[in-house]
Amino acid sequence: MPSIAKPLVPLLDLPRNGIGLTQRDYEGAMSTLCAGCGHDSITAALVRALWELDLQPHMIAKLSGIGCSSKTTAYFAGAAHGFNSVHGRMAAIATGAAAANRELLYVGVSGDGDSLSIGLGQLLHAMRRNVHMLYIIENNGVYGLTKGQFSASADVGSRLKHGETNTLAPIDAVAVGLSLGATFLARSFSGDKEQLVPILKAAAMHRGFALVDVISPCVTFNDHDGSTKSYHYTREHDVHATESDFIPFRSEVTATIPENGARNVTMHDGSVLRFRSVPADYDPTDRPSVMRYLEQSREAGEVISGVLYVDENSRDMHEVNNTPDEPLVRVPFSKLCPGAAELNTLQDGFR
Amino acid sequence: MTTTTTTTPATEPRLRVNDFALKLANVNGTGSASANSLLMEAIFRMGVPVSGKNLFPSNIQGLPTWYEIRVNYTGFVARAQEYDLVVAMNGQTYERDIKEVKTGGYVLYDSTFPLEPGLTRGDVTFLGLPLARMCNDHFRKSRERILMKNIAYAGALVALLGIDTEMVEHLLDEKFAGKAKLRDSNHVALQLGIDYARTHFACPLEIRLERVPTAEETILIDGNTATALGCLYAGATVAAWYPITPSTSLMDAFTGFCEKYRRDPETGRSQYLIIQAEDEIAAIGIVVGAAWNGARAFTSTSGPGISLMNEILGLAYYAEIPAVVVDVQRTGPSTGMPTRTQQADIMECAYASHGDTKHILLFPGNPSECFDLAVRSFDLAERFQTPVILLSDLDIGMNDWVVPRLSWNDSYVPDRGAVLTAEMLERLTAFQRYSQPDANFVTARTLPGVSPLGAYFARGSGHTESGIYTEIPDEYQKVADRLSKKHAAAARHMPDPVIERREGARFGVVTVGGCDLAVREALELLHLRDVDADYLRVRAFPFGRAVEAFLDEHELLFVVEQNRDAQLRSLLTLETSVSRDKLRSVLSYGGFPLSAATVVDGITHELRS
Repeated sequence: MPSIAKPLVPLLDLPRNGIGLTQRDYEGAMSTLCAGCGHDSITAALVRALWELDLQPHMIAKLSGIGCSSKTTAYFAGAAHGFNSVHGRMAAIATGAAAANRELLYVGVSGDGDSLSIGLGQLLHAMRRNVHMLYIIENNGVYGLTKGQFSASADVGSRLKHGETNTLAPIDAVAVGLSLGATFLARSFSGDKEQLVPILKAAAMHRGFALVDVISPCVTFNDHDGSTKSYHYTREHDVHATESDFIPFRSEVTATIPENGARNVTMHDGSVLRFRSVPADYDPTDRPSVMRYLEQSREAGEVISGVLYVDENSRDMHEVNNTPDEPLVRVPFSKLCPGAAELNTLQDGFR
Repeated sequence: MTTTTTTTPATEPRLRVNDFALKLANVNGTGSASANSLLMEAIFRMGVPVSGKNLFPSNIQGLPTWYEIRVNYTGFVARAQEYDLVVAMNGQTYERDIKEVKTGGYVLYDSTFPLEPGLTRGDVTFLGLPLARMCNDHFRKSRERILMKNIAYAGALVALLGIDTEMVEHLLDEKFAGKAKLRDSNHVALQLGIDYARTHFACPLEIRLERVPTAEETILIDGNTATALGCLYAGATVAAWYPITPSTSLMDAFTGFCEKYRRDPETGRSQYLIIQAEDEIAAIGIVVGAAWNGARAFTSTSGPGISLMNEILGLAYYAEIPAVVVDVQRTGPSTGMPTRTQQADIMECAYASHGDTKHILLFPGNPSECFDLAVRSFDLAERFQTPVILLSDLDIGMNDWVVPRLSWNDSYVPDRGAVLTAEMLERLTAFQRYSQPDANFVTARTLPGVSPLGAYFARGSGHTESGIYTEIPDEYQKVADRLSKKHAAAARHMPDPVIERREGARFGVVTVGGCDLAVREALELLHLRDVDADYLRVRAFPFGRAVEAFLDEHELLFVVEQNRDAQLRSLLTLETSVSRDKLRSVLSYGGFPLSAATVVDGITHELRS
């Protein structure tokens, strides 16, 4: 994962967020991905979302596996700890990290190879456990770093640059997540920052596992005619199932959001995720109807985007396990070790 | 009614107090375990050194299972290979079980069903008890009739071996406190056995027990429970695991201890998080993630789990993240014999993962060391920022051992290693994760969420001293070389080997882990034949100076271990300067715990050749 430090160009008068930081403070090293890579747009949207959320950069932890997508953790939040782990195993490492310290925002960035092939099992189990984290799949339907093999999200009939046609059914992370009882499922397009930023913000604030599957065309290996993950195809076939805005708990800017036809979902911390549903009757909290809608859209060959499903009532891994509000890493040793006297008493039972 | 078939051997054996071995042959799933452990506990409470080895199948019901009890007043309670008394409760294995009785010994069997004539032996005494009939007469439910046969033979043994009756009754009361009906049935069955034996046989036999007043306070504990206690006392807060024999009972015990001791009394919250992972890859991933964040975290597994964990163990080694892994070894390769013991993961663990990787290994020899070394594992993992693998085995982990009471020093302070606080970071000009090594070649780490000045990238890809990606040879090698030095430096911080020297020793014997008792007994037996040897039990890898010196000072050394390929011997030849020719192997790898006879035979055979 080569990275190049960004040259510091003094830019005055950059807007500051609620904690006095500029977007610069949420950037990382310079990207070494191909020019025009969809992943870089996602990074930019993420920088924007984290800045808008007024998060302390060092209270973010970035995790990834292996692949082009996994490199992107180096390109944002430079003041945050990062963990570039092994292929397909980021979900478990994030699970352990979240178990130890529930105070940080865990941002996992993965790809379709990392998450839907080698790491599918771990992704599903992290969803089942409802680990509190934002999990982004930068989905381009292709293995970029090994030069252009099909991934498990390649659509049937999509063609590689050299002409091979995929015949295997694609794995749709959103559909699979829905069947498992995932609690936040969204899809977006790297070229649609307007949609992506509020989705990322809402996902970051969701209490539990928030999956954001972002179609992110690979300009080098999968952006040609015949690819269903190309800029052209996605722009042609993208259907916004929902238009959403995210209103953090502390702000009072509800007036800027049009009221008519809107539907609010109150998040765990009191923030509001506001939907302006495109299909008038779309209800992102009703699992059976979301499933039906996704299936119909799949039949129609549409790429459905938006926050597709939200369940703000289920408990995350820490709630299920009844752990303390303070992170386990801060529980003092004196509370963890029962001590010599108790060891003696305990051993009376071993006689 | 014919009840007993008694054949008296030609010569009367002499009286043997507190020195004999029993084998109880049962069918698994019939409830024999509780009767067998009742006997074992009763003997333990009489103050007599005892061991109980459960030789069980990987099955829930219907296959042969054995329980061996060895009593030895000098404390040599490694597995015996010959038995003074066999309780033959399994028709499938009668022939083999009866064969294993020593001349002059006894076979206790259920005489409800006559023994086939071909099975009897003239040189042993057959003690027939109509167990099935007695239980059918006294109990109504079919399940109870099966279960109570076990307690009835236990009753017969109480009478035959001179076990303190009152104490056994007391044990039953303890065990079934709150289950009055079950308690009563057990008492009835016990008494049936006692009465029948007293009426029909000369009780007690010449092999018998006598209470021993003990000065030293001992406990009866299995290694998995002791390891779990060590993890509790070390302050582990995150544990991840995937069920696998023979390590499952470790996490069960840890869970139980946490439920008891880790509930905040005020809030009722659980100050721990145990995750049953989807596989061992996730389990080690969870441990590494938690430890990266500063928690003491561990996983317990067995050989197949280590195979799956290899990649992430390499990541933790290279990114320098602490991790504690307990490997309760079982018989391999592949699925092998999951309920049988071996020490065959030594090489796998020493170099687990691809590339140049080397780990710290600790080898407990009994449950008491499981407790101490479990605590030590966390200190070493954090001090050296690397995985530490605690290599226990099925024999240590799942069998009950008599060990001195575990002790704890309340002044213990966890060694969290070099971790920079926010204040320390303020004072630095710039933080570089992998630079400025200390005397142990360890570089200070930072934890997420502590300070914006401490940010770095943990990665399994090639990195510089700052933690930045590199493909430049010099930068890569600088970090790789330091890791090698760090592993070597860890040798000075490892638990010392156990060394016992004998005057006039002609050679040295090196062993590891649960071979301890059998090897020390073998050395005693050899001493009686005027063959004396020095003893060393390795307790850690890297080996360190004391091991080197011991190897140096002997011209001939036997390495006793429980695997086919002489893995400890290989590791010694690779990682010390010992000449390969000096090391001879004594190997036992059939899956049953080592016995002194195997060691004596192995050494004498080699000495003759």
